[in-house]
Amino acid sequence: MIEVESLTVRFAGVTPIDDVTVTFPGGACGLIGPNGAGKTTFFNVLSGFVKPAAGTISAFGEDLLKMVDYRRARWGIRRTFQTEQAIETLSVYDNVAMIHEHSRAGRSSRRNDVLGAIEYVGLDRPHSPVGALNARDRRLVEVARAVVGQPRVVLLDEPAAGLPDEETEHMGGLIQGIPERFGALVILVDHDMSLVSACCRTTAVLDFGKLIASGETADVLRDEHVTRAYLGTEEVVDDQVLGAEEHVTEEPA
Amino acid sequence: MNRLLGRGVLVRGAVILALLLVALFALPAWFDTSWIDTFTSVAIYAVVSAGLVVLYGKVGMISLGQFALLAVGTWTGLRLNYLVDLPFPLLLLATGAVTCVVGVVIGLPALRLSGLFLALITLMGAGAITLVLRTLEFPNGGGGFSGHRDSDLGGVVPMVRPSWGTSEVGFYRYTVIVCALVFLLALAHFVLKPGRAWAAIRESEPAALAAGVNITLYKLWAFALASFMTGVAGCLLASQVGQTTPQPFLLTNNLLLIATAMIGGIFTLWGAVVAGVMAKLVPFFLQTEWGVGQYWLTILFGVGMLQVLLTAPGGIAQQLPKDLANLGRLIVRPFRKPPSASEEST
Repeated sequence: MIEVESLTVRFAGVTPIDDVTVTFPGGACGLIGPNGAGKTTFFNVLSGFVKPAAGTISAFGEDLLKMVDYRRARWGIRRTFQTEQAIETLSVYDNVAMIHEHSRAGRSSRRNDVLGAIEYVGLDRPHSPVGALNARDRRLVEVARAVVGQPRVVLLDEPAAGLPDEETEHMGGLIQGIPERFGALVILVDHDMSLVSACCRTTAVLDFGKLIASGETADVLRDEHVTRAYLGTEEVVDDQVLGAEEHVTEEPA
Repeated sequence: MNRLLGRGVLVRGAVILALLLVALFALPAWFDTSWIDTFTSVAIYAVVSAGLVVLYGKVGMISLGQFALLAVGTWTGLRLNYLVDLPFPLLLLATGAVTCVVGVVIGLPALRLSGLFLALITLMGAGAITLVLRTLEFPNGGGGFSGHRDSDLGGVVPMVRPSWGTSEVGFYRYTVIVCALVFLLALAHFVLKPGRAWAAIRESEPAALAAGVNITLYKLWAFALASFMTGVAGCLLASQVGQTTPQPFLLTNNLLLIATAMIGGIFTLWGAVVAGVMAKLVPFFLQTEWGVGQYWLTILFGVGMLQVLLTAPGGIAQQLPKDLANLGRLIVRPFRKPPSASEEST
């Protein structure tokens, strides 16, 4: 379980995350919102790239913000990036093994763990260089990197972006399987609502840095605030700022 | 594990072993002393270039101070030689260790800077070292910290050589073996945990950080390894020349070093060997055989550098095998049976 309490991030003049309090209970959780809502910034806070101005994050009882950035991976935070970041010059095996080397999992199980992760995502040639793979397989390498070495929290930043439908389905299956197989909490950021609703029992929605909804995915996706945010109307913002909830319901959808 | 010791690795190992045997036994039999002395320089320069392979080729950090570190290694080797009576291998290690410390200090800015700014800072560090060594002079058996005394009138004992490397050929063989071991050390780093962490840093620092790589540690580690290697090379150089002055350690050599390393191929250890050949053997050959002066070489390297930047980022080490394969195909083509019509249609 991850509990975020009044989290605020400020860059010069911008507040990409504004007083967000949210809980990710476990399993696979969705995090959605329009572009610029603060989803990636939130991931950056979790992985230690960005220091928040205020707030606390407790992950499985551990104060995450007190942890040195590179130690968070050792503790069990994994992430994928919007633009995939598998290491071109290394083989698939080495790409995954290097994560394992910096994880809390022991050396003795390395070979099995690494090959297991590669097999899990469905790649069959562990010794081919990543530079020779296509975009889809590179994404899978990233997922294998994210699940190896006893992860506690797996952050997936648009893992299915640009993939054709049947590949997205495969990716969805992988994401759903992570909590059970690897025991990690997954936070999935994606714009593909069918992927999010297929994978995630609960979902939180950010818009302009504020939390506008959270709860069961089905309920959240029906929420009027959320549909508005996705349609890009300005009223939602104004209403959030004014806190005038009743006003929103009177507006035509 | 079987994959690790696959056919490619075996073939490569066999080629390396064969080349080593040629270097150790065939070359001394074919060439006279002045050539052998040049081959020794090639080996030493190859190790210095290999330091750049570690820093730039593997981690992506540019350092323009490596030649100055070679000077530090040479100075330290000479100083330790007159200070303590160590067996030669220990002298090599001690010199490497001292140079390692100096190199890590020069590398500290790399934690905050990269690209042009890191290049400038390391070049300035090199400038400072060059200046200090010019003031200190190189040790020749004197006392004090500098170990230098003004006695050009003889009585200076040259630096020791390893016990089985007193002759020119013996010292050449000793150097080749030491350099091969240093290359092995670098190679071990490349294929093990540090190599993978360096590859991650080179690709993207945020991604490396998210993968749990302690970037500070691994960057400094790279500087430490490169400087250690350069220090060992410096100690070998000190022993090769016996005595030296600040004269050969010009600041511009730092630039020439990275240029030759890039022409040779800055991403692989093969490239470092080619860089050694380019920097030491080619000039020697051109000078003795055709009387071509040093300055022409600077122009030649400039052209070579352009070629690398424009068409062959991997340098000669990566380009040559490709070119040879193309050439082979061109030669074989006329002799091949033209494909039959049915094959062509498929």
